[in-house]
Amino acid sequence: MRSPHTASLELWGVRKEFGSFTAVESLDLTVPEGSFFALLGPSGCGKTTTLRMVAGLEQPTSGVISIGGRDVTGTAAHRRPVNTVFQSYALFPHLTVLDNVAFGLKRKRVPDARAKARAGLETVQLAHLGDRRPNQLSGGQQQRVALARALVNSPSVLLLDEPLGALDLALRREMQLELKRIQADAGITFVHVTHDQEEAMTMADTVAVMNEGRVEQLGPPAELYELPSTAFVANFLGRSNLVTGSVVDVGEVLGVDVAGTRLRVPVGRVSAGSTGVGAVVQLGVRPEKVRIVANGSEPTSGSNVLGPGKVTDVSFTGVSTQYQVDLGDLGVHEVFAQNSSGAPEVRVGDAVRLAWDVDHTFGLAGEPARSGQ
Amino acid sequence: MTRPVTRPVTRPATRPATGRLNRRLAGALIPAYCALAFVFLLAPSVYTVLYSFNDGGRRNLVWQGFTLDNWRNPCGAPQVCEAFANSLQVGLLSTLFATTLGTLVAIALVRYRFRGRALANLLIFLPMSTPEVVLGAALLSQFLTLQLQLGFWTVVLAHVMFNISFVVVAVKARVQSMDPRLEEAAADLYASPWQAFWKVTFPLLVPGIAAAAALAFSLSFDDFIITNFNSGSFTTFPKFVYVSAARGIPAQANVIGTAMFVAALAVVIGAQVVAALRRRVSGAGSS
Amino acid sequence: MTTVAPGPAIGVAAPGTGAPGTGAEDVAARRAGAAGVGLMLPGTLYLVAFFVIPVFALLATSLYVPVPGGDVGQFMPAFHWQNYVTALADFWQPLARSFWFALLATAGALAVGYPIAYLIAVRGRGRPLLQGMLLVLVVAPFFTSFVLRTIAWKQILADDGYVVQALHWLHVLPPDGRLTATSFAVVVSLTHNFVPFMALPIYASLERLDPRLVEAGGDLYAGPWTTFRTVTLPLSMPGVVSGTLLTFIPAAGDYVSASLLGNSTNTAMIGQVIDTRFFRLLDYPTAASLSVVLMAAIAVLVGLYVRRTGTEDLL
Ligand SMILES: Nc1ncnc2c1ncn2[C@@H]1O[C@H](COP(=O)(O)OP(=O)(O)OP(=O)(O)O)[C@@H](O)[C@H]1O
Ligand SMILES: [Mg+2]
Repeated sequence: MRSPHTASLELWGVRKEFGSFTAVESLDLTVPEGSFFALLGPSGCGKTTTLRMVAGLEQPTSGVISIGGRDVTGTAAHRRPVNTVFQSYALFPHLTVLDNVAFGLKRKRVPDARAKARAGLETVQLAHLGDRRPNQLSGGQQQRVALARALVNSPSVLLLDEPLGALDLALRREMQLELKRIQADAGITFVHVTHDQEEAMTMADTVAVMNEGRVEQLGPPAELYELPSTAFVANFLGRSNLVTGSVVDVGEVLGVDVAGTRLRVPVGRVSAGSTGVGAVVQLGVRPEKVRIVANGSEPTSGSNVLGPGKVTDVSFTGVSTQYQVDLGDLGVHEVFAQNSSGAPEVRVGDAVRLAWDVDHTFGLAGEPARSGQ
Repeated sequence: MTRPVTRPVTRPATRPATGRLNRRLAGALIPAYCALAFVFLLAPSVYTVLYSFNDGGRRNLVWQGFTLDNWRNPCGAPQVCEAFANSLQVGLLSTLFATTLGTLVAIALVRYRFRGRALANLLIFLPMSTPEVVLGAALLSQFLTLQLQLGFWTVVLAHVMFNISFVVVAVKARVQSMDPRLEEAAADLYASPWQAFWKVTFPLLVPGIAAAAALAFSLSFDDFIITNFNSGSFTTFPKFVYVSAARGIPAQANVIGTAMFVAALAVVIGAQVVAALRRRVSGAGSS
Repeated sequence: MTTVAPGPAIGVAAPGTGAPGTGAEDVAARRAGAAGVGLMLPGTLYLVAFFVIPVFALLATSLYVPVPGGDVGQFMPAFHWQNYVTALADFWQPLARSFWFALLATAGALAVGYPIAYLIAVRGRGRPLLQGMLLVLVVAPFFTSFVLRTIAWKQILADDGYVVQALHWLHVLPPDGRLTATSFAVVVSLTHNFVPFMALPIYASLERLDPRLVEAGGDLYAGPWTTFRTVTLPLSMPGVVSGTLLTFIPAAGDYVSASLLGNSTNTAMIGQVIDTRFFRLLDYPTAASLSVVLMAAIAVLVGLYVRRTGTEDLL
């Protein structure tokens, strides 16, 4: 059932104000045709508002929304080739499951609406429950009905507003894979809203991280993870150790002075505008990239080294062990170490240094403004 | 609407013997008192039913003996059935208009934002908080000023007026309990506003609208004061009873009253039983 | 013919329809604009035409003067505010009596209605069929025509009826004492008529009351009476306020009870006077000014009461 109608979605300078409060600020987004796009951000950052504007349920204060190159900004919701899976599912309680799924087809006067609805229910493995009422279904089943109800219409763009939010963890994982499969089969452009970073990264081709009504960074999940461009992204998407310093050396690799210690970062891994001598930059590294250097041993060359500091906590999590290391003025840093053989034995109270490859370092512009948590 | 009570807790925790006795006493006292209260509440209805079997002829005030004649010939007294038919007509017509107008207002008040909402709310509230004599007198002044002929239509106009507010209040509660996302989902699934209303909003509001209509009909059917002011020589059932009260009310009025009483009771009790059965079925289904 | 008494604010669910939901109302879902006004318009215009303008017509009528040399019932527009002075001077007694009777009826309806509501909502909790049936009994009086019910009181309280005879026998009533054609009969009938209006809103607020609060009260205070006074009663106040308003306002304007069960000397209520002035004497200005006074007095009393009980948000 690959959709012949799938289309790209574009937002140009879309803003939404509620009275004096700006929920969404000048959003520019391009969602390529047939892609699985995730909109990720903390609660209240404007994700739902953005989706509602795309669906036509909310009018943007300014800006243009186009679908498949056609401007739909002023088009009423029921005339847009878009369907939504609502955060609360919004299944019609007075209709059977089958009639819920057939609702959109009937409005479009598609022939054989009920037969097609039944086929739609089959793709979510619920054909046997067609005669029930929505309140006789479990949460996961309701979620599938909501999905089928939107999908059967073969929309150009499918909007999903935290569709898995109400499900338990196991069912969530299962549905994530299922959604991914359905998207690949149908080839429909998916815009998936979530505040679960893991969900966004496992499912989407492209992730946009939103914060306070703005897109902070947009790109493939791996790129966002490897090279976050703001402190917010660095901490919202996984965790990061961050320190602040000033550039003292320019070249292929920048030299940065951090409280008397010289750290290095490839210039290509620093966000633009922070590469001149004297510029203030934040350097970061992911906890799993950091190695603990016990007293007496030496870090490998080509590493950035910080410390010594004191180990304040060691937690065993199964796959890995997590260490908290207090570096004094530089704050508490985290280290995630795989539990493979050869890791040094480290205890709370030990004095250690931290080391990581220069190539794993990333640089962010400016002062430490906001923290992600 | 409930305010939390915050009061310092200073009482000693237990008062064993007297506490238990009090509880026992209170336990029996309230049902006993309520039984008396129900006797008080239902006595007039029981009398109305009894006197429909009274062999009292024209002046049905004193018990004269049991008869079924009144029931065999419910239209036997002059005008009584005509008045009853008039009340039915006025009731149905005014219910239709008031329910339609009131439902639209209720939806608008809950679902839409516009200037003058507060004023509109006040306009809905005022007729309910104005005594019927004043409503009747005001409308009569208006009809007199306009030199309208009093009769069937003026009564219908008046009943629609006092019923709108009650319909708005009853339907509003229902609209408020309805998830607005459902209408948005309908729009998202290609339903025009018109289709969204008829396919989603209306079916979900039906129980509220039906309750409002039942309320409107009974208020209209039972209204005396406003009708009395605005009916001229047109007679409704309550007006017929009131006017004949001076000379004595024919037992046929009690027959009609009793029939209405029993019919309404049957409907409501039936609804209760159906609801109970449904609860049992769904309870069994889910466990 | 189902009857429900929705309070000004508390929509009381009819037995069987279930309580109105707590409201999924969401500001985000409120739509702006013309469609809303379009839906409002027919209903509000109707109320403007048949409520607002009539009230002004009433105000105007209350200031009319007789056409000089005209027939009885012929008046012309004027600004004769003295109509109010004479109306009040002549009829302050029935006016005051109306409020007094309404007050008594409200107290009576509360005394009868509150325990019933309490029994159904609190004692009947968890037994929906019993609750439903008792609620049916509460609204059952409505199923009998209001005027017929009032006349039934005439039969119940008749001189040779059981009630009067029992009272004679108990020497509560002197041998020549009677109940018909007394204020007592009028107030009893008024009370009876409004008990459901009182009981239903109270039931609705008690029903919503969290039973765990009462249990907690039982833990903390021990005595059932103390628990009731400190927990249940305060939490049911919104229902009580609604119920008293729904009783007091119509009771003050009622005249069916007074004219069918009262006498001509000391039970006349203002509604009777207005009716008589309008229809028997064709004295429209006096009738209109008394109506205006009644309406204004009720508005003031209700306003004060609502402010006093701190429940403005009810309306
Ligand atoms: N109709 C409205 N009126 C006023 N403010 C609104 C309205 N709708 C949303 N907002 C505000 O806009 C901001 C963004 O809301 P939105 O629902 O888009 O958040 P979200 O990112 O979807 O959050 P969540 O993850 O919790 O669903 C919030 O601060 C919210 O309070
Ligand atoms: Mg949201």
